[in-house]
Amino acid sequence: MKALGTRATRTSAPRARALRTHGGVSVRFDVRAAVVVAALVVAALAASVALIGTGDFDIPAVDVIRTLLGNGDPGQEFIINDLRLPRVVVALLVGASLGLGGALFQSISRNPLGSPDVLGIGQGSTAGALLMIVIFQGSATEVAGGALVGGLVTGAAMYLLAWKQGVHGYRLVLVGIGVNAFAVAVNGYLLTKADLVDAARAVVWMTGSLAGRDWEQVWPLLTLCAVLLPLIVAHARPLRMLEMGDDTAYALGVPVERTRVVLMTAAVLLTAAATAAAGPVSFVALTAPQLARRLTRSPGPNLVPALCMGATLLVVADWASQRVFGADQLPVGVVTGVLGGVYLLWLLVTERKAGRI
Amino acid sequence: MNRLIADDVTLGYDQRVIAEKLSVEIPDNSFTVIVGPNACGKSTLLRALSRMLKPSAGRVLLDGRTIHSLPAKKVARTLGLLPQSSIAPDGITVGDLVARGRYPHQGLLRQWSGDDERIVRESMESTGVAELADRYVDELSGGQRQRVWIAMALAQQTPLLLLDEPTTFLDIQHQIDVLDLCADLHEEQGRTLVAVLHDLNHAARYATHLIALRDGKVLAEGPPLEIVTAELVREAFGIDCRVIDDPETGTPLVVPAARKARVAT
Ligand SMILES: Nc1ncnc2c1ncn2[C@@H]1O[C@H](COP(=O)(O)OP(=O)(O)OP(=O)(O)O)[C@@H](O)[C@H]1O
Ligand SMILES: [Mg+2]
Repeated sequence: MKALGTRATRTSAPRARALRTHGGVSVRFDVRAAVVVAALVVAALAASVALIGTGDFDIPAVDVIRTLLGNGDPGQEFIINDLRLPRVVVALLVGASLGLGGALFQSISRNPLGSPDVLGIGQGSTAGALLMIVIFQGSATEVAGGALVGGLVTGAAMYLLAWKQGVHGYRLVLVGIGVNAFAVAVNGYLLTKADLVDAARAVVWMTGSLAGRDWEQVWPLLTLCAVLLPLIVAHARPLRMLEMGDDTAYALGVPVERTRVVLMTAAVLLTAAATAAAGPVSFVALTAPQLARRLTRSPGPNLVPALCMGATLLVVADWASQRVFGADQLPVGVVTGVLGGVYLLWLLVTERKAGRI
Repeated sequence: MNRLIADDVTLGYDQRVIAEKLSVEIPDNSFTVIVGPNACGKSTLLRALSRMLKPSAGRVLLDGRTIHSLPAKKVARTLGLLPQSSIAPDGITVGDLVARGRYPHQGLLRQWSGDDERIVRESMESTGVAELADRYVDELSGGQRQRVWIAMALAQQTPLLLLDEPTTFLDIQHQIDVLDLCADLHEEQGRTLVAVLHDLNHAARYATHLIALRDGKVLAEGPPLEIVTAELVREAFGIDCRVIDDPETGTPLVVPAARKARVAT
């Protein structure tokens, strides 16, 4: 392949540019989206360093960076690499998975409310986890497994219930809300069955927390992301086409149903795995894609910006909760819930002003 | 043999049958117009011809092969369809939307070639939406939006193009513009066009081949001069009319009977 970048031209679409080679290879990219992604990555890394430095005793950022690069002092090395780093990596991965899963779901359902936490994937995972906690008194790994299976079962049920010659946006959202209500009821029932110790454990799990996460949570999530990301990227262009309605997408040669099944499965897996690792952290999947989109101002699913936004949001929220309330006093899910709730209200109010609702 | 053929197809949704044992041939290099009353199955036929709806019996042939067995992108490079209604994604600009018509010609390593750029620009110019390129689609009028969608279908650059009611929402000037454009595509570039139209007089003026449908059956087909008669219009639409020569073109002109005359009978 010849070198890229022989010619960069402005296309008819604003901000989008194309790189072309003489060999006929051309790649299209959106300058603004690229800038947004870069800025979000920087923000996520900065927040990660700050988060690692925060705890029972604080470590200056310079020391954190030096230790991460492998030449810090041995005392700090243990605290940073073994205690605090895995928690931050879990936060980044969970945030990224939720942001990406949310963007996929919102794009497939063509509805900003069609995100996995509204549709009951989170509650379904919770049901699986509670079942393990309350009925089987399972270990942390078993609880995570329960959450994963719960999310997958919920996703499959939703697809089957909403499927009728293809899943359509509104039907998916309505069925999802029904599924969510059902899962909430199951969870309420399980909680009433639990004894005090189990109930306390369940409630902490249900708020979504990053406390005490170690490398054991990192590897499965990282593997899953590594497998799913290329698959999702390969289907990103058909997904953009799907936003124009099934008929138009079909006419343009998009394998409509296959794209949808593959991407929905990937989104459910991402969400369920994230929930298994950190509990149902609320509102990240709902807000990250919308915020990313407002920054890039570009149509389409905005998958990569949403992924980066999710990671940034979660790390920043965790850092803020530790700064304001002290180490591990407030689970991160509470912070994202509050931020997300405020955001949702703001969204409803401004959309209402714009006459869209 | 013609490139696009529906051979003895049965079409329907779920259990409801819309058309049974319907056979339609689209003559190559024709400008075929389909007319018929609401809900007679025009859009359904177009969906079947474009592989969107799978016939429960019979088959649709594209270049002699069953259309459902061909790869999706390959079909999309040969045959384009403008559906009766489409959804514009939130916050998309006209230029972006029209550019999406190039999808079947693109791939991971060929995302936006010089050809893509030129064809998108030409498509926008020929439909008169070039100056709207940076506007948001959801802020356009119904007629402007319709022309943007037509531009997208044009950008697909297919030798066969199916248009479902391309002139709805358009004022008389733009209706004529769109039909002239179709005629140009057909005459100058030799493309085969199929359009669903509701205006019989437009249909008679522009079509080289006319298909009249009713209840999923072909009532008549052929050149408008030969088949448009008062009987056909009564049979298809249930109204009395006179068919006279169009003073401009000599093609059939359908003039519905006055209300008094209809009430009297
Ligand atoms: N997706 C669908 N599911 C079930 N029935 C449908 C569907 N689409 C169309 N129909 C039915 O099929 C019949 C034919 O519809 P079609 O859209 O082909 O009509 P048409 O000739 O295009 O009408 P119009 O002039 O109003 O566009 C109608 O009775 C309609 O109710
Ligand atoms: Mg129709």
